[in-house]
Amino acid sequence: MIATGTSAANAEAMMSAQNVQGRSLWVDARRRLFRNKAAVVSMIILALITLAAIFLPLIWPYGYEDIDYALVSCAPDWWPDPDVMCHSGGMHWFGSDSVGRDLFVRVLYGARVSLAVGLVATFVSLVIGVTYGATAGFLGGMIDNLMMRVVDILYSLPFIFFVIILMVIFEQSFILLFVAIGAVEWLTMARIVRGQTLSIKEKEFIEAARAGGVTQGGIIARHIVPNVVGPVIVYVTLTIPSVILSESFLSFLGLGVREPLTSWGVLIADGANQLETAPWMLIFPAFFMAVTLFCFNFIGDGLRDALDPKDR
Amino acid sequence: MPTPIFEVKNLDVRFSTPDGEVHAVKNANFRIDEGECLGVVGESGSGKSQLFLSTIGLLSGNGVATGSVLYRGREILGLSERKLNELRGSKITMIFQDPLTSLTPHLTVGAQLMETLRVHQRVPPDEAQRRVLEALELVRIPEAKQRMRQYPHELSGGMRQRVMIAMATVCGPDLLIADEPTTALDVTVQAQILDIMRDLKNELKTAIAIVSHDMGVIAGLADYVQVMRYGEIVETGSVDEIFYKPAHDYTKMLLDAMPRIDRPDRQGHAQLAPMPTGSKTLLDVRDLKVHFSVKASMFAKKKPLRAVDGVSFILREGETLGVVGESGCGKSTLARAVLKLLPKTEGAVVWCGHDLAPMTQEEIRKLRREFQIVFQDPLASLDPRMTIGQSIAEPLRTLKPELSRKEVRAEVSEMMARVGLEPGWINRYPHEFSGGQNQRAGIARAMIVRPRLVICDEAVSALDVSIQSQIVDLLVRLQAEFGMSLIFISHDLSIVRQVSHRVMVLYLGRVVELADRDAIYQNPRHPYTRALIGAVPVPDPKLERSKPRAKITTDLPSPLDTRAQLTFLKSKVIDDPDAVQYRPQLIEVAPGHLVAEHD
Repeated sequence: MIATGTSAANAEAMMSAQNVQGRSLWVDARRRLFRNKAAVVSMIILALITLAAIFLPLIWPYGYEDIDYALVSCAPDWWPDPDVMCHSGGMHWFGSDSVGRDLFVRVLYGARVSLAVGLVATFVSLVIGVTYGATAGFLGGMIDNLMMRVVDILYSLPFIFFVIILMVIFEQSFILLFVAIGAVEWLTMARIVRGQTLSIKEKEFIEAARAGGVTQGGIIARHIVPNVVGPVIVYVTLTIPSVILSESFLSFLGLGVREPLTSWGVLIADGANQLETAPWMLIFPAFFMAVTLFCFNFIGDGLRDALDPKDR
Repeated sequence: MPTPIFEVKNLDVRFSTPDGEVHAVKNANFRIDEGECLGVVGESGSGKSQLFLSTIGLLSGNGVATGSVLYRGREILGLSERKLNELRGSKITMIFQDPLTSLTPHLTVGAQLMETLRVHQRVPPDEAQRRVLEALELVRIPEAKQRMRQYPHELSGGMRQRVMIAMATVCGPDLLIADEPTTALDVTVQAQILDIMRDLKNELKTAIAIVSHDMGVIAGLADYVQVMRYGEIVETGSVDEIFYKPAHDYTKMLLDAMPRIDRPDRQGHAQLAPMPTGSKTLLDVRDLKVHFSVKASMFAKKKPLRAVDGVSFILREGETLGVVGESGCGKSTLARAVLKLLPKTEGAVVWCGHDLAPMTQEEIRKLRREFQIVFQDPLASLDPRMTIGQSIAEPLRTLKPELSRKEVRAEVSEMMARVGLEPGWINRYPHEFSGGQNQRAGIARAMIVRPRLVICDEAVSALDVSIQSQIVDLLVRLQAEFGMSLIFISHDLSIVRQVSHRVMVLYLGRVVELADRDAIYQNPRHPYTRALIGAVPVPDPKLERSKPRAKITTDLPSPLDTRAQLTFLKSKVIDDPDAVQYRPQLIEVAPGHLVAEHD
């Protein structure tokens, strides 16, 4: 093989240098990820959106609750269609909503809520899913069977029905949103982690570790977890957008966050009601949400290609 | 000179990869005439497979072939997919290494064969049926009529490969390209498949191109041989020229690296140290059984799968015991049960006079520094996320926790040097190494705790011949240095002969013969041992031609069927698949030479 031939030559050339630093799979993956233009651009855009959502509301002249009845459903000044009822003037870059609040700052607040829900609910599902899945996969046998049947039963509950029941039993609240979404998303995570653990458990290097006297805990910590991390990271980046979508869906139905707090889903629902008279109310939040979802998906794809080049 | 069936001129194959262009085949030229067999040998990555894939337009998307490929004088390189399809599968056919992936799982064997015939020759169904049956009988498939209604997964590997050959021959091809056709098969099955291919060549005058890494296979089948290395054909000649008067250094090296079952102690290789006399017994395995319970379907009764069924042997200090047998005979299970990596069902493993059975997990864990294992797949047996230094150090860190970091590092460096790895590579990862280098790391990991027993489970089977001989030499040298005992498990009888003091032959979980290596190879008593030894291809064309044809014509029977273990003692069989059968006893025919009862 030519490739081997040259790498052998390289190896000989490097022999003079003491202790060659190897390229770990992580370093390789990072290099491949940064070669992926779509993923890099997505990361930059996401970083900008996140920073804007965190810092811009602090310095913005309008608050997200400030109602200005003079500016009900007003278009931004630069709106190209002249037939709008009014122009908002001032710093209202995205116009104002149906009760005269600044849409720009509300979109930023929506980003805060949507991203927070996305990250927190995904984190919750990550913790529960990885622990549950790795335990089931590593223990195997009857315990595994039992644990996965529980997952199957939870899977069979209709998501919306489940959320509505939760909302009825408890008060509708922000935290409940995390719980409801997290409670559904961890199921898939647990299945993925279990599958990965099962396949890694059968690998020869695990047997080699057992032959080398490594304890069960050592095997999980040193050999199984680091090898499960790759697929999990990929799934996490793909879970965030799906969580954001779930949240907007719930908010769209009126089951999500409560006024005056807002999220992209709430803004889109409001905008959809006034599509004909005030299209900007739909366009801006929808645009930001779409861009964010695209970015997460591109990053997820990039990570998958980077971590497992064979799958491409 | 008549127009050859197949002629290749100035063929170049290049692949564009993210790491740059790879020139896989460089300026290949050859011709194949009717009834002739061309053998192409080379090690992995030599471009031998790509050479043939490119000629019939099966290169992957990033590959480009240039040059000229003539089929009966007609240019076929760069022909449209449709035109090529008329040739492929009917006039030029291919068989591959893995017969399972080459067959469609959801169609019966008969349906797939008939489809080939109907697509290419538009024959009426009943004639197609007749010809398919003929093709299956030609490749000696027993009960061909019933087999036609079976699905690929119901057949064994050998049967599947026969079906592949039947499929490749059913349209009466001019050229059969066989890419490592027997590499995935057991030796006895390999011998049968090679026999079938020889018949095709001699009786139907089919031209054959066989690609293989195994010089023995080539010696038995080819008329002309090409040796490939790094995409270049370094030597071409008749089979006798190549094997008896090799001109190129690489050919000589390949021939020298091939283990020879008929010549165990060759010059230029590490010599097996003589069996130390009077050494004490290290390991005593008594009537060891490992059974798994298997359910055929959800409601079926559980049946025991007797992977290891009453194996006894002793191993003395400094001795190498070779364990041979075909796939499914329980070799690997035996190794894992001895090392307590798998629970045993019955029997005892006695280590230096101490029975391992009553020991706690913790005591076993402490004992692990005494016995280690080297695995088959060097890459899979190293954690991809760890540097090889960390992997090698792992047993040391767990089994000798008293050592300081510095001492561990020093030991790892020293062991790396001993197994032929540059100590400076300590921070490198397995994917940066070749298979041979990774296997050295695997050996270093096993040797680092200075064990008294190392089990090599097919430790060299996945490696190229030249690397294989280096690793075997390394093991023999390390044994001389450290004086540890080895259990050398392999399906390759030639290598086992080279490294073992004694050899144990397993058949379906039971010992059929156990003797000193020369006794077993020169005077095999059991019919199974004889068949195994006879089936090993020898890289010597004259010897191969004069060899009698393979005797066993069926596959290994299912190990779930209790009758299977009495294949060689038919007179005692009770004709019921679940009955408790007679156990053939081991009889000592000569001092230290045990043979199972047989008809």
